[in-house]
Amino acid sequence: MLKYIIRRIIMMIPVMLGVTFVVFTMLYITPGDPAQTILGENATEETIAELREEMGLDRPFIIQYFDYVWKIVTKGDFGRSYTNQQPVINALIDRFPNTIILAVSSAAIAVILGLILGVVSAVKQYSIFDNFSMTLALIGLSMPNFWQGLLLMLLFSLKLGWFPVSGFTTWKHLILPALTVGTSSCAIIARMTRSSMLEVVRQDYVDSARAKGQKEYIVIIKHALRNAMIPIITAVGLQFGAMLGGSVITESVFSIPGIGKLMVDSIKARDYPSVQAGVLLIALSFCVVNLLVDLLYAATDPRMKSNIEGKA
Amino acid sequence: MSAVNNTATTRVQYKKRSQTKEIWRRFRKNKSSIIGMIIIAILIICAIFAENIAPYDPVKQDYAHTLEHPSKEHIFGTDEFGRDIFSRIIFGARTSLSVGLISVSISCIVGGVIGAISGYFGGRIDTFIMRCMDVFLAIPSILFNISIIAALGPGIVNMMIAVGVSNIPRYCRIMRASVLQIKNQEFIEAAKAGGALDFFIITFHVVPNSLAPIIVQATLNVGSAIIACAGLSFIGVGISPPTPEWGAMLSNGRDLLRNYSYITAFPGLAIMITVLSLNLMGDGLRDAFDPKLKR
Repeated sequence: MLKYIIRRIIMMIPVMLGVTFVVFTMLYITPGDPAQTILGENATEETIAELREEMGLDRPFIIQYFDYVWKIVTKGDFGRSYTNQQPVINALIDRFPNTIILAVSSAAIAVILGLILGVVSAVKQYSIFDNFSMTLALIGLSMPNFWQGLLLMLLFSLKLGWFPVSGFTTWKHLILPALTVGTSSCAIIARMTRSSMLEVVRQDYVDSARAKGQKEYIVIIKHALRNAMIPIITAVGLQFGAMLGGSVITESVFSIPGIGKLMVDSIKARDYPSVQAGVLLIALSFCVVNLLVDLLYAATDPRMKSNIEGKA
Repeated sequence: MSAVNNTATTRVQYKKRSQTKEIWRRFRKNKSSIIGMIIIAILIICAIFAENIAPYDPVKQDYAHTLEHPSKEHIFGTDEFGRDIFSRIIFGARTSLSVGLISVSISCIVGGVIGAISGYFGGRIDTFIMRCMDVFLAIPSILFNISIIAALGPGIVNMMIAVGVSNIPRYCRIMRASVLQIKNQEFIEAAKAGGALDFFIITFHVVPNSLAPIIVQATLNVGSAIIACAGLSFIGVGISPPTPEWGAMLSNGRDLLRNYSYITAFPGLAIMITVLSLNLMGDGLRDAFDPKLKR
């Protein structure tokens, strides 16, 4: 198992190098000179040239790229922000926990609600509950989350006054954004759980568990759900990535000081090092989540475990 | 004897029915998909004939009628510049649908071609392409969109490119998977044996036979592309004012949310209904193309 984990971590390296390459290239080809951006409109040509040399912008592309990666790997140096000249890493450290808290709490809402809705819909297929929750899921899937955020804000903050409108200091600030980010993922997980459970629930071993006199909820949870879990875990893993991304817009709606808001503000201010760093950090988190998902497969399905151990 | 005759007749009738007709017959059975299709058809008509349907000019400011609640003159009310929200939503359908369709076409065509090449040739080409796609998939699509827009600059064309490019890996994978299923079938071998060029085989044999999953994915994806574009406009990096676009309209109304919630309600509803209809239609198409997948 340990071998497998190490192999997977090693496999992440080329992907992350690829991501840094894509992001670096994209922002390298961006029109506009960073030195000019930092110094402003009134800078003389000499000072711009000096700063370009100091920042290493006069070197060939590939050298700049490796230098960028090297600095990140060895010093955790993502460059300096063009707007306040502070190291980008400081802003990342300040804001990353907020994004993670938001994503994890949205994921918790999405997984718990999604599993319950999906399992009950499958067990009571074609019932009123099934139709109702699947319609709800379809609506949740079709609703843009920023609009939903605004609607929640209108109802619960502005009209009822139950939750604060913006900011991110207490648990009360977390509820509405987490609901906003979690809804569409909840819908996807509910649909996936339902279809995956429907395939399992009619199989013979489920009937034989019932015939043994097992209680219904044990049959459903232990015998059916566990076997239906693989596609559900895949969906959850993919959705966690989507939630990390989805928090970008929701953070703007609720003015949460997270990575997403940092990126949106940075784009408007043309502060590219911050954009780059934000994308890299989220992509890295996404890769780590995918690794954890693969490990979870092994924990839920012994067949996968032996397969993994066989390969490792 | 008559039973045998009956079977023979049914078989003859069955053969007469083309594949398209068969798909349409299965699609027609699904009422919600038909409703979705009708709504989309109405939206397309609105988009095409926006000038004739919209009662007012969508960008003309009228300071005598700012922030009017929905009434007979302005059924969805007016915004802070006195622009008629209903007219802006009608014109917004044009923007959103075209942005959705064009960006999905970009991802379909580019992703489809790359996926077909990857699946058909296999080997090192396949490994290289799929590793590149893994890299793109490691970046959540909204972030990918944002980085592309950061590189190219805000604007409608760049937004379509951004949303289109970020979905390429998805189509690439689907196309590759269906090409892998098809490429070892006998009719491909026959074409190869006949000396056909790879380009000819891919274009005329492999691609047409792998299209079904791509079409289904594209229908479902137009909705998410519309949401993605609206999201980008909402955070201020997509379509800039005064162009009527649903996401930008939502963004404009957020400061007036407390007292003039209708400004955000209608564009949001428009996005939701459009995406919902596309999802219903996509689900129906999926079941019609492949009844085995029916949920």
